[in-house]
Amino acid sequence: MTATRPAETEEIAVRDARCSDPRPARRLTPTQRILLRAVVLTLLAVAATFLLDPYRNYQLAVVAATFCATAGLTLLVGLTGQLSLGHAVLMAAGGYGYALAVNAASSAGLDGGGAAGAARVVLGLVGALVASGALGGLLGLAGARLRGPYLAGLTLAMVVALPALTTQVPALGGDQGLAVPFEGVPEVLSLLIVVEQWHAWVAIVVAALAVTPLAVLRSGRAGLRMRAVHGDETAARLSGVSPARVKVGAFVASSLAAGLGGAVLCLVTQSVGPGRYDLAFSLLLVVAAVVGGLGSLGGAAAGAALVVLLPWLVDTVTGAVGVPADLEQRLSGNLAVLVFGALLIVVTLAWPGGLARAAARRRHRPHRPRGRTDAPAAPPPPPASQPLER
Amino acid sequence: MDRLVFLLATGLARGLVVALFALSLVIVWRAARLVNFAQAAVATVAVFAAFAVTGATGSFWAGLAAALLTGAAVNAAVERGLVRRVPQGSPLPGMIVAIGLVMVLQSALGIAFGPRHRPMAAPFDERPFVVGGVPLLSPYDLFVLTVALALVGLLAWLFNGTTLGLQLRASAAAPEVSRLLGVRVPRMVTLGWALSGAVAALAALLLVPTELGLNAHSADLLFVHAFTVAVLGGLDSPTGALIGGVLVGVLVSLVTGYLGAGVAPLAVLALLTLVLLVRPAGIFAAAQVRAA
Amino acid sequence: MSAALAVEGLTVGYAGAPVLDGLALAVAPGEVVALLGANGAGKTTLLRALSGLTAPRAGRVLLDGADLSDLSVEDRARRGLAQVPEGRSVVTELTVDENLHLGALWCHPGRAARRVAVARTYDLFEPLARRRSSLGHQLSGGERQMLALGRALLARPRVLLLDEPSLGLAPRVVSQLMGVLRATARETGLTVLLAEQNVTSALSIADRGVVLSLGAVVVDAPAAELADDPALRHAYLGF
Repeated sequence: MTATRPAETEEIAVRDARCSDPRPARRLTPTQRILLRAVVLTLLAVAATFLLDPYRNYQLAVVAATFCATAGLTLLVGLTGQLSLGHAVLMAAGGYGYALAVNAASSAGLDGGGAAGAARVVLGLVGALVASGALGGLLGLAGARLRGPYLAGLTLAMVVALPALTTQVPALGGDQGLAVPFEGVPEVLSLLIVVEQWHAWVAIVVAALAVTPLAVLRSGRAGLRMRAVHGDETAARLSGVSPARVKVGAFVASSLAAGLGGAVLCLVTQSVGPGRYDLAFSLLLVVAAVVGGLGSLGGAAAGAALVVLLPWLVDTVTGAVGVPADLEQRLSGNLAVLVFGALLIVVTLAWPGGLARAAARRRHRPHRPRGRTDAPAAPPPPPASQPLER
Repeated sequence: MDRLVFLLATGLARGLVVALFALSLVIVWRAARLVNFAQAAVATVAVFAAFAVTGATGSFWAGLAAALLTGAAVNAAVERGLVRRVPQGSPLPGMIVAIGLVMVLQSALGIAFGPRHRPMAAPFDERPFVVGGVPLLSPYDLFVLTVALALVGLLAWLFNGTTLGLQLRASAAAPEVSRLLGVRVPRMVTLGWALSGAVAALAALLLVPTELGLNAHSADLLFVHAFTVAVLGGLDSPTGALIGGVLVGVLVSLVTGYLGAGVAPLAVLALLTLVLLVRPAGIFAAAQVRAA
Repeated sequence: MSAALAVEGLTVGYAGAPVLDGLALAVAPGEVVALLGANGAGKTTLLRALSGLTAPRAGRVLLDGADLSDLSVEDRARRGLAQVPEGRSVVTELTVDENLHLGALWCHPGRAARRVAVARTYDLFEPLARRRSSLGHQLSGGERQMLALGRALLARPRVLLLDEPSLGLAPRVVSQLMGVLRATARETGLTVLLAEQNVTSALSIADRGVVLSLGAVVVDAPAAELADDPALRHAYLGF
């Protein structure tokens, strides 16, 4: 039985690739198709920034940064079944890594705009990758040994401890956090666009760089291994997959993406601090991943937009309707969280698969969900948990 | 030395509260194989009920009764209304629903009562007795100790000395076999949730007067500590929850006393990480043996 | 005289591939019936449908003439339908004593009465008496099966359903168990439906043998006749 698995696995890989795009592609490999799609989507997003006013572009940049983290999270939870409540801290790690690297570069003489500025930002992104990758690796090692509630609890404790950490470690700047230099529009573009639009461009490009590798990872063998480990660790081990390595790898990949998101957010807001990355924000990332549809990158994008824009929308509406100041203050923040919590419950109980599944259902005629149902390594799936795969 | 004794004594009182809350997590875990992430939010709702009743009647005891009833009722409703509908087979949906519930309850409390901390008076004096020049426990600490120990004793008797406890334990360990023996397992599970809600409510009610005051997030830290304890002791082990609770309480008290309050969350995180890496199933967890 | 247990038109499973297909069966009071058949014939499914663990698509189950269809698993148990499921049906996290008390809960009201009833079970199954405070998971396979049987009998059932009690047990232990079962059935008039792969030992204590194949009864004959008919044995039981 074990002997037949690789062959079946291969077949799924083929089917998987075919299903992810309804149009038959003749010459492109799955990876090339993902890259092509990434380029097209990136260009579309950049083009869209011309339609938006500066504040909308700022929001777009925040959505793109959040998307990095939700994409990482949805991959982690949807494919390997590891629930992290601490992705905000991984974003924060990226933000701090970015700030420390950028500030070090500035004091080493890399200040000002132009080439120096670009080099500084690249160094900052590298710093973000190092910081978030290291933290993600540690968490992955823990996650490889822990099951469901234990990993969730550990990451929860991590979020709660973040403010204490930033206060105790002087280099992290306490409650105020760290400030980073303002990154202005490059001279060649300064006549064409304003700074918010430029930041949106940077955010879009970084998000593309963060998410595309995840898409490649997901469609390839690594993605299959993750699903196999989620389905049944023992069976996965029998077919030559090391659950520990897969879990650590998934956690690191997920953390790197989240770290880049944190770096972008730091660049756009010119600061990083513990206040933004609290438990509430961490839970919002979970909401985005679940409501978008666990395991779906498109869903993660929709989820990111939802968690960034809905609170703002609620505030705008309550402001416009003219509720009493006291009530407005209470509703601010809370009402959106109430809606998100309810969404989380409703989606999990009544609508598993989230937005991504709903969209897929509209596009295609109903088909059997992929993922664990087909995974040869998996036992017959409990009916309601299997939609989480997609 | 004096300071050490004082810190140990207050750590013990605080630790028993954490242990109680951890016990409530253990009860739910045994009944439903689920870590109830919403337990703190439910407990906070119950403390708000106590606050309202005490405010209206002037009696701390009426408030205490209200907290117990509210905690039990909310948790029973959560089990009947939500948890029962959660798809089985993977722990993920249950945890996500619980997290959704946290968000709903806390934001609803925030909308209803605002962000302000409401001071809650303790029913007893909070100034410590001084014995031989050394400040020790306050009357309130003693009250907390007594209530916590009494409740632990009561729970031990309920689970180990009564036929109801026998049914509760049997349903948790082997639901199908228990049903075949005539045990009303669904009712037992609801009862387990209600019991756990009442215990969590009591723990939060005992804690709040010693803290800043009451708002929607008053029990958050208690949950983190109790979760650490439950992991430390193993989610299956009531004894582990008790010992772990005292351990964490003393640790937090010592770290706060000697290194400052800001370091305490880091110490708890470090302890949690250490235990999870060394003994992932908890220090006191029995060998994993389950009926089919 | 009405049957202690009657099954009418019981159908379980998907429309295209029923596990039980309109099965009918009647067991008289005090009768011991051996339920035989190959793996996958539907024996376990039948027992699970009788006790309510599996919902049938059609048909009904009558206990002493009363329809059980609307009753939950728990209520069927309290009405006197006891089932010892296949394999490790002991609650492994409880002690032997606690397992037995659990079985005695409904028909022995009062602490003292329960203690007396449990003590009688220890007389019946002596090896259990030595292990009364051991946890379920510390018991051997034979001890577990004794405990499961003793616990089921403590509920003074009207009808006892047994699923493969001899599975994985040493022959000596099997004959001991079967001995107790036959003695209890004779003394108390207990009705027994015994699903077994071990055809010889099942027929040795049964009054009647019923052979299932593809979810339906294909043979229904006195046990002695079935045991002596090589053609029947060969056709349906494979030996």
